[in-house]
Amino acid sequence: MPVNPELQGRTFPPVSPYLVGREKVREFARATSSSSRLAIDPEAARAAGYADVVAPPTFAIVVQEATLQQLLAAPDAGIDFSRVVHGDQRFSYTRPIVAGDELTATLTVSGVKSLGGHSMVTAESVMVDSAGEHVVTTVSTLVVRGDE
Amino acid sequence: MSAALEVGQVVAEQDFTLTRDSLVRYAGASGDFNAIHYRDDVAEAVGLPGVLAHGMLTMGTAVQPVVSWLESDRAPQPGGWVSDYQVRFTRPVVVDPERGAVLTVVARVGQVDPEAGTARIDLTVTFEGATVLGKAQVRVAWA
Repeated sequence: MPVNPELQGRTFPPVSPYLVGREKVREFARATSSSSRLAIDPEAARAAGYADVVAPPTFAIVVQEATLQQLLAAPDAGIDFSRVVHGDQRFSYTRPIVAGDELTATLTVSGVKSLGGHSMVTAESVMVDSAGEHVVTTVSTLVVRGDE
Repeated sequence: MSAALEVGQVVAEQDFTLTRDSLVRYAGASGDFNAIHYRDDVAEAVGLPGVLAHGMLTMGTAVQPVVSWLESDRAPQPGGWVSDYQVRFTRPVVVDPERGAVLTVVARVGQVDPEAGTARIDLTVTFEGATVLGKAQVRVAWA
């Protein structure tokens, strides 16, 4: 089944707010071989002007996850997850994520394209903090392989 | 920003060994529990050459030399941070159960805008001699 072209332009309801924990930031930093002091040590982060430990640049993927689940679970999407390959990924920040942030993410499908039997779905998750200020937008392109 | 940065300059270079342990650890940290990242039988069943590193693990690891550079005294000035980071996943990283997989990261200055206080750092990320991330660009800001 091909990906439903009518997904293009669809915005899903915001997912419930994600509270960024200090230990989660540390865990993610270790898992990505970070040697950043700012990601581990709250004192170093404060000395650099941040409220708490600073999340690595790809941490927003953890928050994005729940929004992509909405897309994959949409009954009319036609996306077979076993055929999905991650095509590309981008993170555009207004400011770094720090522990204590409460992020609310809203997903919009910005593009659906067909290319030689495959479908490419581009989804954007816009994340704002508890004051409603923009923190980061993540953009993922998923390639859904067609039947061989 | 200091004028020290020059296009083409290598600001960081580092090798990382990803093992199966790294994949399990990243699965837990990220919440991506797709079994192709830790089960040979599942990877084989879906036609993959072996257990693969998460693309996001490769992306997340590859930027760390830039983050370390920004915090080091080799940085043009303190306070630099990653404001934008993009990659294209061009080739899978197969992680051998015993030997793991070695990623080689080279970070070079691609563009400098001293007035805006920004620079673009281009990453070359290779595994077994082949590039695994395309258009891997890190935008760094000092404001």
